[in-house]
Amino acid sequence: MTYYLLPKIIMNIWYFLTALTLLSALMTIIAKNPIHSVLYLVFTFFCISGHYVLLNAQFLMAVNIIVYAGAIMVLFLFVIMMLDLRKNMPDSKSNLTKLAGAILGGTLLVIFIGTMRKASFNQATILENYTSQTGMVESLGKILYRDYILPFELVSVLFFVAMVGAVMLGKREAGERNF
Amino acid sequence: MYIALLICISLVLANVVIGVYSERKIAAFMQDRLGPMEVGKFGFLQIFADLFKLLQKEDIVPALADRKLFLAAPCLIFIAIFAGFAVLPLGPSEYLQGAKVEIGVFYLLAIVSIDIIGILMAGWASNNKYSLYGAMRSVAQIVSYEIPLGLSVVCVVIICQSLDLQEISFQQGIFSPEENYLFGIKALGIDVTQVGGIFTWNVIRMPFFFFLYIVFFIATLAESNRAPFDIPEAESELVGGFHTEYSGMRWGLVFLSEYGMMLLVSFLGAILFWGSWNTPFPNIGFVRLADWTSGNSGTWVGIAWGVFWLFLKAYMGVFLQMWVRWTYPRLRVDQLMYLTWKVLTPISIIFIFLSSIWRLLMI
Repeated sequence: MTYYLLPKIIMNIWYFLTALTLLSALMTIIAKNPIHSVLYLVFTFFCISGHYVLLNAQFLMAVNIIVYAGAIMVLFLFVIMMLDLRKNMPDSKSNLTKLAGAILGGTLLVIFIGTMRKASFNQATILENYTSQTGMVESLGKILYRDYILPFELVSVLFFVAMVGAVMLGKREAGERNF
Repeated sequence: MYIALLICISLVLANVVIGVYSERKIAAFMQDRLGPMEVGKFGFLQIFADLFKLLQKEDIVPALADRKLFLAAPCLIFIAIFAGFAVLPLGPSEYLQGAKVEIGVFYLLAIVSIDIIGILMAGWASNNKYSLYGAMRSVAQIVSYEIPLGLSVVCVVIICQSLDLQEISFQQGIFSPEENYLFGIKALGIDVTQVGGIFTWNVIRMPFFFFLYIVFFIATLAESNRAPFDIPEAESELVGGFHTEYSGMRWGLVFLSEYGMMLLVSFLGAILFWGSWNTPFPNIGFVRLADWTSGNSGTWVGIAWGVFWLFLKAYMGVFLQMWVRWTYPRLRVDQLMYLTWKVLTPISIIFIFLSSIWRLLMI
């Protein structure tokens, strides 16, 4: 078995980034203030984008930033800032939510452990199928628009339906005033 | 990489000096005033006096503010803007582009969109209703205007078939690796690759791009919170908007980012539409104007010409932004949303369609 040796500095960056990701993900759930929580989540997304760069997937990195950190998280922040934080801060969650959370998290953990045990990390086979261009925008575009054009277009139809739905919901009804 | 980093840092710092002075002088000229005249000859030293004052000021944090977020927000805004400079080619040399990444302009749009989070943080952490209002307006505005901005960039990418800004630059001049035809139409059969100059710029390669540039320009104005899209910091309604509570150098940092953003989008506009670092003069017969004003590729003279043209174009863009600021009144919130969603977005979608057809004519 031959190990593909990464340059040491890349490996160190990976360790640093992983630690940072885990730490900020933990802080997301530990932080008392919802705003801080969201900001830690944004930071987690950034760290994940860093991982994408290390995996040579630049396009995914930019998409991750522009969609999650730039748009979705901003909407999150927006909504949370609109709420009155002092009123909506329950001291402790009820036992039922705690139980549900524990079951959900536990199931996810079991699934992860199961898949990791089944998966084979044979270096030789991974290296054989390895091309550095996989994550580049050109190969991604070719795959999306050639091999997977139908699912891609179907997803866009789905988005369109969601958009129309949002417009319909937000539309002024007869006799109603917006302002 | 490090050369480009150093150049960009000094550029952003120098830009605020140039920007503020020229803004004051241009504003004064347009309002028939003199502008700063007291400190130094023609007020040249006024901006340094202001900077000195800013540095001396106390860095006040309001008692009820969220201290950490309040202190971090201006830094985040600045980092987001400054990171955008990483992919800009400042001239025809590999040393003048920070990172030669394949996704260039896409990365730029992504990283610049982070400054909304900084603005929201600043507005919320100040614990001031004017700040929060300013931040909310700013976010609504920037998120909305990102759509026409992104779509207009996509049009250029369709024509150029590349996201790398340096590659887009090379295509628009006499150093082009592929052949350029007049108006981009191959059927016309007029090869202008060796003519160069303005005929190979993107605005001429795809003649409708001039109108697209207007869409792009309006969107970038809104992105950088400049008048007439300055409702996030509308002085007459919101005191100072999201940076009401800031003082001293932290306010300076917000200011620095604003001028940095102006320069960044001007560079982007020049690169995408106005021929990047290529000369505007074409070769006409034996009058080799394009050759004379762009030097040889890779030599010092060539690089110097390239940097000169790019900076000239970028600062023309900055001047245009200032001109617009002192000409048009501020838009109301509903007019702002009407403009982006019902006017600019449909127009840019039509342009995507047009550009796709034009690309078919080009090959």
